[in-house]
Amino acid sequence: MRAQRASKPVAAEIERVFREEYGRLIASLVRRFGDIDIAEEAAGEALLAALEKWPEAGVPPNPGGWLTTTAGNRAIDRLRREKLRDTKHRQAADMYDDTPHASTGPFDPAEDDRLRLMFTCCHPALAPEARIALTLRLLGGLTVPEIAQAFLVPETTMGQRITRAKKKIAAAKIPYRVPAAEDLPARVATVLAVLFLVFNEGYLASGDGAPIRGELTAEAIRLTRILHVLMPEEPEVTGLLALLLLTEARREARVRNGELVRLDDQDRGGWDRALIVEGHAMVRECLAVNRPGRYQILAAINAVHTDAPSADDTDWSQVAALYDQLLRIDPSPIVALNRAVAVAELDGPDVGLAEVDRLVGSAPVLASYHAFHATRADLLRRLGRSADAREAYDAALAVCDNTAERAYLTCRRGELV
Amino acid sequence: MTHYLLSVHGPAEREEFGNYGSREAMEQAFADTDAFNQRIKDEGYWVFAGGLLSADTATVVDGTGDEPVMTDGPYLETKELIGGFWVIEAPDLDVALKLAAEGSKACRGKVEVRPFEGLA
Repeated sequence: MRAQRASKPVAAEIERVFREEYGRLIASLVRRFGDIDIAEEAAGEALLAALEKWPEAGVPPNPGGWLTTTAGNRAIDRLRREKLRDTKHRQAADMYDDTPHASTGPFDPAEDDRLRLMFTCCHPALAPEARIALTLRLLGGLTVPEIAQAFLVPETTMGQRITRAKKKIAAAKIPYRVPAAEDLPARVATVLAVLFLVFNEGYLASGDGAPIRGELTAEAIRLTRILHVLMPEEPEVTGLLALLLLTEARREARVRNGELVRLDDQDRGGWDRALIVEGHAMVRECLAVNRPGRYQILAAINAVHTDAPSADDTDWSQVAALYDQLLRIDPSPIVALNRAVAVAELDGPDVGLAEVDRLVGSAPVLASYHAFHATRADLLRRLGRSADAREAYDAALAVCDNTAERAYLTCRRGELV
Repeated sequence: MTHYLLSVHGPAEREEFGNYGSREAMEQAFADTDAFNQRIKDEGYWVFAGGLLSADTATVVDGTGDEPVMTDGPYLETKELIGGFWVIEAPDLDVALKLAAEGSKACRGKVEVRPFEGLA
């Protein structure tokens, strides 16, 4: 009876440790055995062994090391049993490497298994949605049902997507290594894009469920933190982490009673000061490197917003200047739209509206983007053009897929006179 | 080492200078492709390569029934077809993709990279 009662917290602790160690565990197994399926099976068996042994023997002092050793032994047993000695087992023996998974020597990113695995999961030869799913599965340790639920696709679809990607990695021989220096910037950008997409899907969730999925934003931040530890010299990695922290800091204040609260209406006392302090320090750190990039500039814009004690104190000229800089790197209509919002704050809603309307002329794709219509609606409302604003709110609602944002737009539309 | 098929896809309808625009441009593309071929031979990736005649010279043979059935024309009636290909041997996909990018640039066509299950 006592053992049973004790086993409950241990089970939760095992789950936590397993989730925490999963990426490292899989990455080191993939290095040793050169096969993702073998790695996943062995990790699963190590979890079962832990669930069996730890409740009685207690959680070992180095649980990650225990899991790695156990999983490695299980993988070797399995390869033996399956009589793959001549092929895979020889490969496994060749690749067998007994170094403890937590390296104590000077850190070399090229030697880190998780970093290699991130580059494999985010390889440009894989479909973008498969990159996201594989990263969450193999590095984040999320289950297939969890990932399927997060992206609102049926479990079988997500399972097939992941299986197909793993098959391609094996069949086409997508390598398991940190790319060469000349390819690194482009490949890091692919990894960052995956992490940013995971975060955004959490922060502005699509579908009828929760408007914010904290598990996805938290996972994106956790993986970006790992990447930042592995590549501290890459200012765009630091930039993305700063951007995610400064955005996450406002999460609690961003939705009230299921309705989106815009930046200027948010209770700034509800922002997470610790994340803001950390994010600001990172923005300063990466800007000092003077190799600006998309995420660093977005982080800097967020730093300006989170630096202002109230919405009225926002340094809009700095925001507009940063969007100008971003436009030079990333001349997309969405960046231009955000710049127009800053212009409206600086020069008035009429100037902003003229800018927004000019944009859609050169980039009709904006018409299918809810933020375009929401921005227009807000500017028209401020200009007292209620009928036009109502039309714009309707257009925004027609293409908006987030429950909190829909609630906000519906409410604002109803307030028009 | 893995074998990869690098197939070059281009318009099914060929113009006078094979969609290169002019005789000079066509000859330059041929010269660039020859240089690329020589390089991958020297570097040990080369297995086999060739350019194909236009798709209207193709015949489809269906031998799955009792009697073989011949049909004039390519298997797929599409606007883009395989115009030529390389078979290369490379240590991994990154190397194959890099070579495909260079081959694509040399021959002025999009290249599909596909691993072989094995060679007979």
